[in-house]
Amino acid sequence: MKKYVSAPVRKRDAMALVTGQPVYTSDLLPAHCLTVKLLRSPHASALIKSIRTDTAKKVPGIACILTWEDVPTARFTQAGQTYPEPSPYDRLILDRRIRCEGDPVAIVAGENEQAVDTALRMIKVEYEVLEPILDFTKALDNPILVHPEEDFKALCDVGADNKRNLCCCGVNEEGDVEKELAECDIIIDQTYHTLSNSQAMMETFRTFTQLDAFGRLQVTSSTQVPFHVRRILSNALQIPKSRIRVIKPRIGGGFGAKQSAVSEVYPAIVTMKTGRPAAIEYTRTESMTNGSPRHEMQIHIRLGADKEGNIRAIDLYTLSNAGAYGEHGPTTVGLSGHKSIPLYGTPRAYRFAWDVVYSNTMSGGAYRGYGATQGIFALETAVNELAAKLNMDPCKLREKNMVKQGQVMPAYYGELLQSCTLDKCLEKAKAMIDWDNKYPARQLENGHIRSVGVAMAMQGSAISNVDIGSAEIRLTDEGFYIMLIGATDMGTGCDTILAQMAADCLDCDLERISVQGVDTDQSPYDCGSYASSTTYLTGMAVIKTCEQIREKIVAQGAAMLKLSPDEVEFDGKAVRSLTTGEQVTLPEIGYASLSGAYPVISACVSHTSPVSPPPFMAGIAEIDLDPETGKVELVDYAAAVDCGTVINTNLARVQTEGGLVQGIGMTLSEDIQYSAKGNLRNRNFMQYKIPTRLDAGKLRVEFESSYEPTGPFGAKSIGELVINTPAPAITNAIYNATGLQFRKLPITSEQIAMGLLKKEK
Amino acid sequence: MQIELKLNGRVCKADVSPDMRLLDFVREQGCASVKCGCDTSNCGLCTLWLDGKPVLSCSVLAVRANGHEVTTLEGLQADAAEFGAFLSDEGAEQCGYCSPGFIMNVLAMVKELPDPTEEQIQHYLAGNLCRCSGYQGQLRAIRKYLLAKQEGKL
Ligand code: FES
Ligand code: FES
Repeated sequence: MKKYVSAPVRKRDAMALVTGQPVYTSDLLPAHCLTVKLLRSPHASALIKSIRTDTAKKVPGIACILTWEDVPTARFTQAGQTYPEPSPYDRLILDRRIRCEGDPVAIVAGENEQAVDTALRMIKVEYEVLEPILDFTKALDNPILVHPEEDFKALCDVGADNKRNLCCCGVNEEGDVEKELAECDIIIDQTYHTLSNSQAMMETFRTFTQLDAFGRLQVTSSTQVPFHVRRILSNALQIPKSRIRVIKPRIGGGFGAKQSAVSEVYPAIVTMKTGRPAAIEYTRTESMTNGSPRHEMQIHIRLGADKEGNIRAIDLYTLSNAGAYGEHGPTTVGLSGHKSIPLYGTPRAYRFAWDVVYSNTMSGGAYRGYGATQGIFALETAVNELAAKLNMDPCKLREKNMVKQGQVMPAYYGELLQSCTLDKCLEKAKAMIDWDNKYPARQLENGHIRSVGVAMAMQGSAISNVDIGSAEIRLTDEGFYIMLIGATDMGTGCDTILAQMAADCLDCDLERISVQGVDTDQSPYDCGSYASSTTYLTGMAVIKTCEQIREKIVAQGAAMLKLSPDEVEFDGKAVRSLTTGEQVTLPEIGYASLSGAYPVISACVSHTSPVSPPPFMAGIAEIDLDPETGKVELVDYAAAVDCGTVINTNLARVQTEGGLVQGIGMTLSEDIQYSAKGNLRNRNFMQYKIPTRLDAGKLRVEFESSYEPTGPFGAKSIGELVINTPAPAITNAIYNATGLQFRKLPITSEQIAMGLLKKEK
Repeated sequence: MQIELKLNGRVCKADVSPDMRLLDFVREQGCASVKCGCDTSNCGLCTLWLDGKPVLSCSVLAVRANGHEVTTLEGLQADAAEFGAFLSDEGAEQCGYCSPGFIMNVLAMVKELPDPTEEQIQHYLAGNLCRCSGYQGQLRAIRKYLLAKQEGKL
């Protein structure tokens, strides 16, 4: 029997995508659909004194205009998280108080775009402009409050206090950090800063809504979290979940952006008010200014070691900028420590403390890496600084201190590390790039400098004890299977990967498994695709479901043969007697199960995991730096990944390459700047430069697979992990080339050139 | 304004407003492969052919296409499937949202440069952004496709 796991299986929707079939949200709009757009505030902080919509409403073709007076008054969060969400309930669909530039002021729906645009221009808003708090380092206990409202609500005890601009705070430690630091020979004491990068998925946020034949709200949306969207809409619109159905078509990329319900509420309320189909499509600018980007973080690290380079203590404090609303604020920050500190197995003590504060900048959300990216940039850069101070090869320092399989990780919720080949990953990456010959740098004849830089990374695989993955499989007549899943394929290929697993479990051809997802009326409950959970968590659910369905097939086959289940075997095609060889085929079993003579053969199992096994990787960048201009060109990038068993070798490779390039963009070009009044400057692809194919350089990816006993076929996750190494590795390479130590991203050519000039003087 | 053009080989007459983009026009005509990814002519998702040459349809007015021939991926299904199979075998169509515009430009490149160097490929396609794939798989697919073509396998 052909095996599919660990093979480079083509994605099952691939040919539809490459021939341009109409499979995305905007390709599926119903007829006579209203166009929905938002009037957005030009101010970062204001109160709406009055809004006049009477003339705008008279524009021919306008169906409805809604303002803060027309929406429910119960606060909710847009964060797609398992209930009770750690993100505070701090939003209204439309609010009188404006908390960041672009906050929606009015919802306008009309028959066509021209009518809506005309109406938008005719709405007269009188603002009382307030002074914003833009600098998040000054937000805590600032007299300017972002959320002064009394009905601010935190469902979970995350340390939120809206009267202090505090979205969340906490501390976590083991051992006596101060004592250990006091005994250290060397301490790196530095602060690192990363910005609120935009996911920049090619398909911007978009949703359409309509009432179905039963009067229920049917929502088709480009989302990673259909089941969470159902709850979010229920909260926002104050209608029961039973009245809402959410459907996910193909998605044009998410990277976490669509783990928040950014666009769903607006057409939904229009459909509820008018009974008409309604659609919203964010422009690129709106996606940039009012999306759900990475949280800006400032991370202070004190890293202590002895003279021999044994790391003894890590003290890490993260200040995270929630922006105007708290979506994913309390959870992203956790990863900045919990998924960086455990990279090292030697410290005797650690402390991780955090504050997440509100400010009048755009609200953060989930972006691939989810806080780990920021924490790993900071800690891995600190470790490289330590190596420099010790005059030690940064790879050697890591070899001495990295976490090993079999260790308990105190900073990772005390979990036992059951699978880890980080040591082999580093060895492999070094060999790939020829580290020993290339470290640290060499001068080329043209005056450029070639240098290398290194970093390690980890992530999790699903949120332990919280997230749920499910699968339902039905045997049909003709003996093929229908597999229903609630995990959302957003290009990541889970519809294929999960079918590969099922095909191997059921000993059948991949074509015998038809995968359907996601429709909240039909799919089994699944929290959705985020937190690197799909392969690991929903994959286990698939395996368990297959076990059950096999049992049922065997039981019925045996009954049809008038034997007991232990007298038969099932090879995927037929159930046959172990003694006589007499058999019933799977189609026969399928038909019989639908005839009423036997129970229908279907199984649905959900799975949750008590652990979140981390995948690991090592990344080494080789750069070409022109000291005249400061231009950095990526010559080569060696990445060695331990994601446990690789389920689909092609997709894992492309995931890695894609993640690396996003990391490269974050390091070298993706800038976020605000004007003094709080207006975002980087509003489109002209000003926010994501890497083109000319910037990506050459990437090489190898897998060093461990075997994770709690994962499906030994697999862990890969999707998020792979974005984490470029920032610290390239920063290290720049240091090795120039001696300039950067601690804030992005590192632009200009900064490097200016830094070198200053150094000369 | 009245326009008349050839869309994927079929004569198409329509009454359009003077400020309508060619992008929106072809989508209205059922060519859903043509996507919009930006407001600033940076992404290449909207690439189609005007008289056989690739253009950004977000930056061309529908009225400019009057009297011309417009081709989208809908009109090149066999070629799309042929090259698309190579892309799919690399897994380099991740979300696939950039794929139609990218493939339109790849097919244009192959017409123009039968044996492009790697540098020519990278420059020709520099305007086609992809946020998912990291571009490497796209390049592998192009190389294998060109090789198969040269070896007469296609
Ligand atoms: S839509 Fe981006 S270039 Fe045309
Ligand atoms: S495959 Fe998603 S943008 Fe290219």
